[in-house]
Amino acid sequence: MAHEREGAGSSATKATLKIWRADAEVAGSGELVAYEVETYPGMVVLDAIHAVQAKQAPDLAVRWNCKAGRCGSCSAEINGKPKLLCMTRMSTFAPAEPIVVTPMKTWPLIKDLVTDVSHNYRVAKKIPPFAPRPRDADGRWRMQQEDIDRIQEFRKCIECFLCQDVCHVLRDHHETEEFVGPRFLIHLATLDMHPLDTVDRRPMIKDEFGIGYCNITRCCTEVCPEHIVLTDNGIIPLKERVADDFYDPLRWIARKLFPPKHKKRLPVLPDAEPARPLGVPAPANRAETVDAEE
Amino acid sequence: MADKVVRLPVVDGLGNTLRKDNWWVGPLVTFSVLSGFVVYATLRAFEGAHYAWGPYLSPLASPYFETRDLGVPLLTPAILILPFPGLFRFTCYYYRKAYYRAFALTPPACAVGGRAQGHYNGERKLLVFQNLHRYALYFALLFLVFLWHDFAKSLSWEGELGLGVGSLVIFLNCAFLTLYTTSCHSFRHLVGGSVDSYSTAPLGALRFRLWSAVSRLNVDHMAFAWISLAGVVLCDVYIRSVATGAIQDVRLL
Repeated sequence: MAHEREGAGSSATKATLKIWRADAEVAGSGELVAYEVETYPGMVVLDAIHAVQAKQAPDLAVRWNCKAGRCGSCSAEINGKPKLLCMTRMSTFAPAEPIVVTPMKTWPLIKDLVTDVSHNYRVAKKIPPFAPRPRDADGRWRMQQEDIDRIQEFRKCIECFLCQDVCHVLRDHHETEEFVGPRFLIHLATLDMHPLDTVDRRPMIKDEFGIGYCNITRCCTEVCPEHIVLTDNGIIPLKERVADDFYDPLRWIARKLFPPKHKKRLPVLPDAEPARPLGVPAPANRAETVDAEE
Repeated sequence: MADKVVRLPVVDGLGNTLRKDNWWVGPLVTFSVLSGFVVYATLRAFEGAHYAWGPYLSPLASPYFETRDLGVPLLTPAILILPFPGLFRFTCYYYRKAYYRAFALTPPACAVGGRAQGHYNGERKLLVFQNLHRYALYFALLFLVFLWHDFAKSLSWEGELGLGVGSLVIFLNCAFLTLYTTSCHSFRHLVGGSVDSYSTAPLGALRFRLWSAVSRLNVDHMAFAWISLAGVVLCDVYIRSVATGAIQDVRLL
């Protein structure tokens, strides 16, 4: 490959990666193992991981797909910070310092850098889906650009789950059954702010989805590779909307005196999949989610 | 997680992290500056004097209510006033981040182990009152009227138009407090953030323009929060210094 040719020669610099090696099926496993790789201009950490896989540790597990910051697969922690492996350049680190690469802390580890993020898919299923109002008489839905400007920002989400990983409510306090996490709060904000949607999810946002657990420390915003301003543009407006409905006595009086013309309806909930704590294996075989030697 | 068989690179616990940068600097600076402000405001509140000089009035005691005749021990004009702006800042969405990190350590920094593991309720139980930030905003907006009135009065020297350095200090304080208050998240919600469909809502076009303007200010809410906090202190220090004779006010006009 071209970059290998660039890297060859006496001027090539080397970097040390300390990669977390562990296997959920091997009791007591888990250690940082140092690997040395040659670097080249433009190299990203995922390239370095692949170099290790190719020449030194073919059994090293890492999940990846697009290598372009679009698929959200290669989420991990680099020097303790949640990042995409494919969007973090090696040149941002001092050459003499080892680069520590570890899996996302919040999710159960499967192998090496691969974690089981399926909890997020179960959470997604709990959210009542978009339900638009009936079409206009000519069979169309109409909305204006200013009506959807806000929520277009949230649709940039690539579901890398770095925000979920860094959120201390999930990461430190393990409130995975009580709190949906920032990724799903901005999804709920997308639905709540949508000009066509007809479902009132606010009681669920307050109770089942636990927005009160969020103490807006903005780590989700800091780590988002898509630069979505989750906290200020999504979660705080959602907190204000919940406050409108549940904590504001003046709004309550106003609603009693002047009932809204287009009241949203409460969702009809399907039978939910029973809650399963993190780390408890899913009934289906998860082996296909581990890509040890791509 | 009891059946976990693998070791993890980072275990739970306050301060546990693999971060190599100086993550503790931010919370330490926040802790120091906010603590310094609380100490200063408390001392000035209980000092009970030097809140005004000439046409100038300190923002710590505006609007001014004389408390000596009330006979309440320790009650000063500043003690009457400070709870209102104090509550606005305490429930502010930016300061909440700042003190949850720097004081409550939940967490002290991103991807750094936090305090109170196993006992965390967020803003659900004791702190559920944070949802009433909007009411603190209403008082803050009212106080802006008083503060701009104070600025107008600072231009009046025995009935004649005048301008001193103190007036400029008061003006800057009012300007930054106005920017801080109008960039507030609750204000953003109030002027238009609660609307789902601007194209069909009553006054939708106006509310969209207002919401857009406040959204632009909101980006710098943190900066306005710190600058306005410093502005209040500097304004009070200036007026106190002039009132005690430590410095002389300079008349420009």
